[in-house]
Amino acid sequence: MHRTGALYGQFNTLEQQKDTASLGMWIFLVTEVMFFGGIMLAYAINRHTYFHAFAVGSNTLSIQLGTINTGVLLASSFTMAMAVWSAQTGKQKLIPMFLTLTILLGFIFFGVKYVEYAQKFHHHLVPGRNFDITYCVNNPEKCEDIDAKDLNIERNEIEEAMQADPDLNAHAQLYYSAYFGMTGLHALHMVIGAGLLIWLLRGSLAGRFTPEWNTPVDIVGLYWHFVDIVWIYLFPLLYLIDRHK
Amino acid sequence: MRTASTANARPALKMPEKHYLNSTYGIRSWLLTTDHKRIALLYLVSVTFFFFIGGFFAMMIRLHLLTPSGYLLSADTYNRMFTMHGVAMIFFFLIPSIPAILGNFLIPLMVGAKDLAFPKINLLSWYIYIVGGCFTLYSMVTGGLDTGWTFYTPLSTVYSNSAVAPAVVGVFITGFSSILTGLNFLVTVHTMRAPGMTWFRLPLFVWAHYATSVVMILGTPVIAITLGLAAMERVFGLGFFNPAMGGDPILFQHLFWFYSHPAVYIMILPAMGVISELIPTFARKKLFGYHFVAAASLAIAVIGFLVWTHHMFLTGQSTYAAIAFSFLTFLVAIPSAVKTFNWTATLFGGSISFDTPMLYAFGFLGLFLIGGLTGLFLGCLGVDMHVHDTYFVVAHFHYIMVGGAVMGYLGGLHFWWPKITGRMYPEWLARIAALILFVGFNLTFFPQFVLGYLGMPRRYHVYPPEFQVYNVMSTAGASILAVGYLLPMIYLTWAAFFGKVAGDNPWPATGLEWTTASPPPTENFEVTPVVTWEAYDFHNRPDLGLDVPVGHPGVVPAHGDD
Amino acid sequence: MQSPLPFFPEQASNFASRVDPLFIFVLLTCLFFAVLVTLLVIYAAFRYRRTSPGEVGSTVEGNTLLEIGWTTIPLMIALVMFAWGAVVYTNYRIAPKDTLDIYVVGKQWMWKLQQPNGKREINELHIPVNRDIKLIMGSEDVIHDFYVPAFRVKMDVVPGRYNTMWFRPTKIGKYHFFCSQYCGTNHAVMGGWVTVMDPADYAAWLSDEAADSNPAAAGEKLFTQLACVTCHLGNGTGRAPSLNGVYGAKVLLADGSIVVADDAYIRESILQPKAKIVAGYQPVMPTFQGLVTEEQILNLTAYIKTLQSQPVPAKGAGIAPAAAGKK
Repeated sequence: MHRTGALYGQFNTLEQQKDTASLGMWIFLVTEVMFFGGIMLAYAINRHTYFHAFAVGSNTLSIQLGTINTGVLLASSFTMAMAVWSAQTGKQKLIPMFLTLTILLGFIFFGVKYVEYAQKFHHHLVPGRNFDITYCVNNPEKCEDIDAKDLNIERNEIEEAMQADPDLNAHAQLYYSAYFGMTGLHALHMVIGAGLLIWLLRGSLAGRFTPEWNTPVDIVGLYWHFVDIVWIYLFPLLYLIDRHK
Repeated sequence: MRTASTANARPALKMPEKHYLNSTYGIRSWLLTTDHKRIALLYLVSVTFFFFIGGFFAMMIRLHLLTPSGYLLSADTYNRMFTMHGVAMIFFFLIPSIPAILGNFLIPLMVGAKDLAFPKINLLSWYIYIVGGCFTLYSMVTGGLDTGWTFYTPLSTVYSNSAVAPAVVGVFITGFSSILTGLNFLVTVHTMRAPGMTWFRLPLFVWAHYATSVVMILGTPVIAITLGLAAMERVFGLGFFNPAMGGDPILFQHLFWFYSHPAVYIMILPAMGVISELIPTFARKKLFGYHFVAAASLAIAVIGFLVWTHHMFLTGQSTYAAIAFSFLTFLVAIPSAVKTFNWTATLFGGSISFDTPMLYAFGFLGLFLIGGLTGLFLGCLGVDMHVHDTYFVVAHFHYIMVGGAVMGYLGGLHFWWPKITGRMYPEWLARIAALILFVGFNLTFFPQFVLGYLGMPRRYHVYPPEFQVYNVMSTAGASILAVGYLLPMIYLTWAAFFGKVAGDNPWPATGLEWTTASPPPTENFEVTPVVTWEAYDFHNRPDLGLDVPVGHPGVVPAHGDD
Repeated sequence: MQSPLPFFPEQASNFASRVDPLFIFVLLTCLFFAVLVTLLVIYAAFRYRRTSPGEVGSTVEGNTLLEIGWTTIPLMIALVMFAWGAVVYTNYRIAPKDTLDIYVVGKQWMWKLQQPNGKREINELHIPVNRDIKLIMGSEDVIHDFYVPAFRVKMDVVPGRYNTMWFRPTKIGKYHFFCSQYCGTNHAVMGGWVTVMDPADYAAWLSDEAADSNPAAAGEKLFTQLACVTCHLGNGTGRAPSLNGVYGAKVLLADGSIVVADDAYIRESILQPKAKIVAGYQPVMPTFQGLVTEEQILNLTAYIKTLQSQPVPAKGAGIAPAAAGKK
């Protein structure tokens, strides 16, 4: 099907094209809700069944890093919205600027995630391999990045939890399966989002987006906001529930 | 009985000079096409390929079950046969068949658009289907799959010694093909309808695909994540579904059936859409209760999401849950009953001809009736406690899937073959094939109801000798059924190249797709049509050349005269 | 045992004579509608067949009254089917009080069944006629299903939990049972025979073996070996509640709730003792996870069951008092 300017051949008007693209992205996001919903349901059910182990699991995550990432993503949604606004109001020079900021914030998120994942790797908290929820508590010298005070709190928590749940390690491993599954899936979606943003950046530098036609910016914006919202669900579910005072 | 093509005495018809099939040549113009009509044909070839694969496994199953003590295959091989039969037929034949072939080809034509909303995504859908298919084929040839198409854990994730991971990955990938097709259809129906094509003028085929697409996009992501988790469990030893690690096999079943029950509506709704086209066309009468049939399609899609636990009545779940889901299961039967009554009522006062597509429609009515009604037995808790996981279930779903969906598919293929290829299939041979299929089908699957109530469980490679009589009947039927399938594949292919030229509207039928040439040009319509008539309105269409009673004002559809 | 072309299995249980009439009701109703619609279609196909090439049908578009009619009438019939089925099923899911309990373990690819006195069978089940039988079932590996067509009953056997099913055999004879949930290679040969016997014959068959395969006796030995007896003193003065009379009784927990001490409760108490603490006691019981096999748990449970008939101490029993709210 041929293109005449911005109008793709299967459409009759630009407005029809824009409505179609928007609706398409919204429906795609609905499928993403169902996709993430499945694993969130599995997490919720297991959280309820093994709440001791999952509480211990939650408390091994760094709330500082999680909060930083939350802030970073919220900011990136703001810069993304500003990019869309710039495109809609014809501020051509601002579009690449806001897109770049969004990409940078995305990379900060990846960086923090990398730090978190690396920490889990060293602390024997990756399921399947040498998973051991008590590793740091039993070997404080191997986990120097954890404060001694925090380690004590963790030790008490684990001991208390083990009384109620002798299978603590196996169930904590379930927690970490969910943790890596959910955050990994989320990170994958962010990587795709970052790719889309880089593609948009190139287009914006070439001046492709105008108030008459800025659909790609619009719909990538929708996708990026969705990925942000998923994190807003993940953060409390994984980091905040049953947090010790 | 004179056939429709001789209804209007016209000079010998000629193929249009340029159409979507000859507009460009070369393998690249096909593999890189974004024309929905060519993509439909790409699907036709690949879906038929998987039908052969699934059919081969079916043949092995029925041959093996001729004797009670298993003369042909080992236990492990037999278990792979029925598993791969299910996987190939469900995910690679039934789910794509009507939507990806007929839906892709017809929906833009039926709504008056030049293509689907997202032509490139349409092509991507097909690529994804092929990639998923390759993974599954890889699994089939490197150890096969023996978990049952239902992949119950922990058998599939821990105990099976077959190629589970590639098969699961293959199905996972193919799910995205389904999601993207559904997305394309939904958006197309919303934003690409021609002027005057209001929602309630849409053909019911479109309504059916709309409802199907809703199910596809809401349900398929759930099987995707479920299979993803199962694959993780198989490969990395995670424990969500493994009781030895604190996981719950019943959780897998809930997640699995949450999609797989609506999936059966993905398989039947499009076929119902086809029947809703065939019966008005061959009775030359508006479909009785159009609005109710459209609403019933949506009702099936919605209620279909609320019944999944009826596959789990005997897993030890709460009795209250079982009662609730049994109630909902009876509810979901009602819209299907409503449709059946409406199809039947359409016949009264009609002018009925017995062309092949109509024979398939009649076959559908009878077989879907039995298949749907036998669902009531299974939804009824007091009966299911006896027949769950027996051949009664196997017979029930084959009546719907084969007696219903495949009949709808073949009826639709015959009906639209002239539009797709520009040529007619041989009518008398086609009618005989339809009859052979109907007879073969009933002989294959009706004895299985009896087997089920007698207590023969499913997925058995050997069985008690007292069950042999019915098994032999079933295999005999299957051999006849095979002929009923092979004949159309042969003569439809022949007809595509050598059949009699059909003309724009051989039947004639009232849909927008019949107002353009056969085969259609790449851009579907020379001029964007403007719709001013209702669906299946034979009385306001003088362009069809039928004997409409004098006094009707008539409306001429816009057809290239702007 | 049956005619050349049978349609129904034998009726050999209380449920068979309830499932079959329900089935026939659904069958006749469905048959009625199937025949009705088929006849209507055939009639219309003849009566309204095309008589000239250009003929069209009438302009009838619909009839709302008819739509309402053929929506509500099938709905009402469907609800009758639903209700009748739900009643039969509920009766099936809730076992009566006084049952003869058989423990069943399914594994790839055999069934291990254990009589109340400990006598064990493999792929065979001997039971007395006209007695309520309850099967308490577990799996060692994957999901199986215990299915007796002549009784019209089946139940999945799921690893990680117990499922129970009950029935009352009503006819003496031998009946096939099958595994009815695909479980791998030999799923189809994982079956056997249920032998329903005259009660006297059953009693004779039952006692026809040495007492050393008595699970309660084995359980009693374990109770001492594993030192349960050091805390669970029978007279109620130990660190843990006396187990006399506790099996099947209501137990008052520390959080005020009341649970029934059934097989699942006993198993949980052994494996996850902190899950439910009896009121008035400290959570000091160690777990025996990894220290006892499923079979040993069954034996301990069988022994604890025999303590039903032992004198319950006035204090230190853990059984919920009859008057609610006390303590």
